[in-house]
Amino acid sequence: MKDNVVLDLSELPPHGLGTASQSWWGTLAFMLIEGTGFALSIVVYLYLMSLAPRWPLDAGPPDLLPGTTLTALLLASLVPNIFLARWARKQDLLKVRVGLIVMSLLGIAPLILRAFEFPAMHIKWDQNAYGSIVWVMLGLHTTHILTDLIETLVLTCLMFSRHGDNPRRYGDVSDNTMYWNFVVATWLPMYACLYWVPRI
Amino acid sequence: MRAVPPLLISTVVAASGCSGNQSALDPNGAPAIHIEHLIIVIVIICTVIWLLVMGVLGLAILRRRDRPAEDPISEKRLTTVVSAAVATTVIIIAGLTIASFYTTRGIGVPEDAALTITVRGQQWWWQIFYASSGATPGFQTANEIHIPVGQDVHLKLESTDVIHSFWVPSLAGKQDLVPGRSNGLLLRAEKPGVYRGQCAEFCGLQHSHMAIMVVAEPAADYERWAAAQSGNAVIPAAPDAVAGQAIFMAKPCAACHTVRGTSASGTTGPDLTHIGSRQTIAAGLVETTRGSLAAWIADPQTLKPGNNMPMVPLTSAELQNISAYMESLK
Amino acid sequence: MTPKDNREIRDTAFDAAELERRLAATWTTPPGLLGALSTVDHKIIGRRYITTAFVFLALGGLLSLLMRLQLAQPEARFIGPDRYNQIFTTHGTNMMFLFAVPVMQAMAIYLVPLMVGTRNIAFPRLNAFSYWMYLAGGLLLWIAFVLDTGPDVGWFAYVPLAGPQYAAGKRADIWAQMITFTEVSALAVAVEIVVTVFKQRAPGMSLDRIPLFVWSMLVTSFLVILAMPAIMIASTSLILDRLVGTHFFNPAEGGDALLWQHLFWFFGHPEVYIIFLPAVGMVSTIVATFTRRPVFGYLGMVMALIATGVLAFGLWVHHMFVAGLPRLGESFFTASSMAIAVPAGLQIFCWLATMWAGKPIFKTPLLFVIGFIVIFVIGGLTGVMVASVPFDTQVHDTYFVVAHFHYVLVGGAVFPLLGAIYYWFPKLTGRMLNETTGRWVFGLIFTGFNLTFFPMHILGLRGMPRRIYTYQPEMPWSGLNMFISLSAIVLAAGFLLFFIDAIRSARAGATASANPWGATTLEWATPSPPPSYNFAKLPLVDSLEPIHDDAFLPAAIGLRVDRRELLITSVVEAAPEARESSSGDSIWPLWAALATTVALIWSIFSPWAVVWGSIPVAIALIGWFWPKDVPEDDS
Ligand code: HEA
Ligand code: HEA
Ligand code: HEC
Ligand code: CUA
Ligand SMILES: [Cu+2]
Repeated sequence: MKDNVVLDLSELPPHGLGTASQSWWGTLAFMLIEGTGFALSIVVYLYLMSLAPRWPLDAGPPDLLPGTTLTALLLASLVPNIFLARWARKQDLLKVRVGLIVMSLLGIAPLILRAFEFPAMHIKWDQNAYGSIVWVMLGLHTTHILTDLIETLVLTCLMFSRHGDNPRRYGDVSDNTMYWNFVVATWLPMYACLYWVPRI
Repeated sequence: MRAVPPLLISTVVAASGCSGNQSALDPNGAPAIHIEHLIIVIVIICTVIWLLVMGVLGLAILRRRDRPAEDPISEKRLTTVVSAAVATTVIIIAGLTIASFYTTRGIGVPEDAALTITVRGQQWWWQIFYASSGATPGFQTANEIHIPVGQDVHLKLESTDVIHSFWVPSLAGKQDLVPGRSNGLLLRAEKPGVYRGQCAEFCGLQHSHMAIMVVAEPAADYERWAAAQSGNAVIPAAPDAVAGQAIFMAKPCAACHTVRGTSASGTTGPDLTHIGSRQTIAAGLVETTRGSLAAWIADPQTLKPGNNMPMVPLTSAELQNISAYMESLK
Repeated sequence: MTPKDNREIRDTAFDAAELERRLAATWTTPPGLLGALSTVDHKIIGRRYITTAFVFLALGGLLSLLMRLQLAQPEARFIGPDRYNQIFTTHGTNMMFLFAVPVMQAMAIYLVPLMVGTRNIAFPRLNAFSYWMYLAGGLLLWIAFVLDTGPDVGWFAYVPLAGPQYAAGKRADIWAQMITFTEVSALAVAVEIVVTVFKQRAPGMSLDRIPLFVWSMLVTSFLVILAMPAIMIASTSLILDRLVGTHFFNPAEGGDALLWQHLFWFFGHPEVYIIFLPAVGMVSTIVATFTRRPVFGYLGMVMALIATGVLAFGLWVHHMFVAGLPRLGESFFTASSMAIAVPAGLQIFCWLATMWAGKPIFKTPLLFVIGFIVIFVIGGLTGVMVASVPFDTQVHDTYFVVAHFHYVLVGGAVFPLLGAIYYWFPKLTGRMLNETTGRWVFGLIFTGFNLTFFPMHILGLRGMPRRIYTYQPEMPWSGLNMFISLSAIVLAAGFLLFFIDAIRSARAGATASANPWGATTLEWATPSPPPSYNFAKLPLVDSLEPIHDDAFLPAAIGLRVDRRELLITSVVEAAPEARESSSGDSIWPLWAALATTVALIWSIFSPWAVVWGSIPVAIALIGWFWPKDVPEDDS
């Protein structure tokens, strides 16, 4: 096929940021997949509840303390996260490094609290269906904290390496902050479901 | 010890049990008749739709083309025709939805059926409980249901292991038996007869051989049958049957099967109190005869591979006696 | 800097031959084993995917012949119940998860980047990873089958039959874990397609100029993204029930057997449209090319795709009409299932209108489309029949349903697919399939198919349940079953001829020009088969039919040739937004897939595999993403 040139693209930026980058959309798509998974886990919880003669099955409602503290911590972590996103957009290497370290710590802390959440449920996964779904929901969310933490740690290392100061990396950091917002946001309905639904 | 030669097994298999009719197109029960009407209506409508679509397809590809393709008038006409076709589709499916809605209402389980029977699915046979009614005490049987003709019968469907599905197409549509749940189904035979059915939900190795017989008979016959079934097993008189009973009690048979009125009270397998009166054995596998009983007892795993009755080693004399005993349990 | 600022007409900056040489140096996969294992070229991976899927079709078809052998006579003893159950389960699982879904996605992997005028798919390494995962999942299923530990619980693995109590051994786990493999790969491809279609369309390809096949793959990808999590949750819960003693499906401890069915069919119903919608796109493409006019009612077709996609999530209960849910509630699902006939009908009517108004050219691809309409309408109408609750109580789990779904799967998806293979074969291989053989293939498959599957409707109504390894001689089914089995030989002969033709033509068929059919979509604007960089200059699109006969295809320049670079455009207008690099070849996706495979298979045996097995996975992923000093990484 013959062609005639009618458009010159050489002036375009050599790397897309935000909605002009593929990884932004890719992250969004993966969030959609995982969000659907979270939503379905809540549906399963409610479905099992609707069948049960009493709920929770053979257990009292979970203790509020660890879960609520974790929720507060996750919400608080949004503040530095938003700053980090802003610094990444401004491509401010120093601040991004600091922000990443903070976010790494804020990724580890909820894992510690989570360790107390499982016993606070007063039920094991293999006791009954209530225990099963509760453990799976907590587990599902924990893996998301964990994967995001690993990603944050790797990015932190990257930003301290010679590959750091590169618009592409800043894009990765900002996608990572977006993902953390997602991890926090999905926790809220799960928290409500796990801790408050058994109380109504 | 292998009392029954393979030849016997294969003739038994080839000549097996009662067929009855098992077809949605041969309905003899009220729900099945309603459904058959619906089936016929829907199939006719759909056939007409298909023929129309094929007609248009044929014309579209074979018609002579004298007009230019991009004629704007024809484009407009196409839009009209396509829209009309879509509108027709909407009307037809609305009609079909309403028709099936009303049919659904017509085949629901009534609150006040004269007779309620509990059917419990097991891998790979049917356990059946009749509740006591009037003078007849409740009783248990297997693989064969008797119902009075012309009366609503409510089946309570349960399962002890995996999901099965109760389906006697000439009488009614199917309904699953789900562990942990209890489902209902309306049976109502309009004509006396033997109606064969078969488990319709895949339930493992012998899903293929999990048939059920429904015997619909006049009320008086039904009452007589129920009274007989509720009684204890007959005490054998013939010498071989008497010997057979002793062997049955001594061998593992009694650990799995119940014969009411004897010490045999196992619950793993079907209740055999009146096994001799049933048309078939092993869930419709073969017709009940002394020979088929012998073939079954000698080697259930060849006749119905994987089923839950083990081969119990017996001498050929023992086997003959046990079969005689089983046959005598009318 | 808006793109409009520099929309000025320029001359080509490079001499054409030099440009192509440089692009090839940047984009072409190096020869040799390492090159083959590291490639991220969507065309190579797409071809690989397609070939693998067709191998699975042949294997699954061979299994169906074994079933037909066993069912030809009553109480036949060729195959025992245990093996038969493995065979039909493997046949169904293989056809759905290893053939039908992947083959559609595979066609998209190959075609979508070409049809939207870009140089590679989005996330090319993920694409490579996806193929390896798919292959591993397929091998898992088939190796298990050969070793006599194939799953034997049916392709929807109902609990409790598939649960810890009644499915001893590892067969059901293999089924569940094979699901994980194929879901991971399908989800990965779906994400790639969505991003490719959203962000990599040629400048000017606004939403209303997207080819219908691309639209269909976009909608399909969203169905994958929204439906597959349900089966992931389901299969994970099943594995947990079996491995660590959770009670999701155990009614004795508050679980529920029907929960499985809800989760499975919430995925399983959209799954059938995941298979069918791409076929719709293929049919539209073929109809347009062989009637010499655009498909009538473009907007309606797109709306129908989207409507089908949305409705697909409101139908799942129609697979559970006899499970004991409230009957009147089920009527809602009758209504929604029947409503699907509206978009389906609209599509059929639009194709008929196109053929009516156009000038049909009866090449093999169009023959398959005509066969598709004849067969699919039957299948769709039987779908409407089983959507009626009372009707379904008689035919559910019988051969009537087996007939329905082969009519829609084979008629509705395999026929368009075969048409598509005949159509795009020149683009895939650079050679034409044989037209005469093609007519024979069509004739044999069309005849064989109908003779095989039509009688199954009658068998179902006359009481024959599905999934039985044998039936008794007194049942009135043996005649038809023998007839079906004999007809299946005709059908198999058609497929065999197709395979022979494909293998022979790929080596020695007539060579194809860039656009042998005179088609109008972008994949035909580049040689057959396309060079590694797809387009030497990115095409510009000014209409739904960017290729007008022999006119100059307007093109864009200004991309770097020393790194793999492609163009990012806006979602709605496809206005240029940025140049972007596309990942180079890498062996890491293979390592990541191997590590994941080890972790997944190990986790059938021990929950600790999840912990220890994820370490190598993490390492592989870091290796995958860690920047290497290559031009693709700078900005
Ligand atoms: C490609 C795959 C595909 C497609 C496209 C469809 C399409 C449809 N299917 Fe099918 N289906 C399957 C694959 C598919 N199905 C599979 C695999 C199973 C079985 C799974 C298993 O149990 O193993 C199944 C099972 C299945 C069931 C469950 C049956 C049972 O188990 O008892 C039902 C019930 O409602 C159903 C309905 C429908 C409907 C209403 C459509 C509609 O989309 C059809 C719409 C199309 C048309 C109607 C034809 C064109 C329209 C016109 C020409 C307009 C005029 C029409 C009218 C006025 C009616 N399907
Ligand atoms: C896309 C999906 C698909 C396809 C294409 C097919 C194709 C076929 N299926 Fe399908 N089938 C299913 C999906 C599919 N099936 C599903 C989902 C089930 C349900 C499973 C379950 O219940 O769990 C099922 C169940 C099923 C049953 C019911 C089993 C039972 O309930 O007991 C039967 C029975 O006849 C059957 C037959 C066939 C036949 C004859 C073909 C034929 O069309 C096949 C034709 C193809 C060939 C015969 C291949 C020939 C190739 C060669 C000879 C080539 C050799 C090649 C080389 C050497 C290169 N299938
Ligand atoms: C371990 C348990 C077990 C033992 C021991 C056992 N059976 Fe059974 N039996 C079963 C089961 C289970 C079935 C149902 C098989 C089927 O149809 O799938 C059955 C079925 C039968 C039937 C057919 C019943 C019907 O309603 O169709 C007969 C007759 C029978 N057994 C007789 C015997 C005799 C005689 C013995 C001893 C020699 C024996 N059984 C030993 C479990 C057992
Ligand atoms: Cu019981 Cu199938
Ligand atoms: Cu469906």
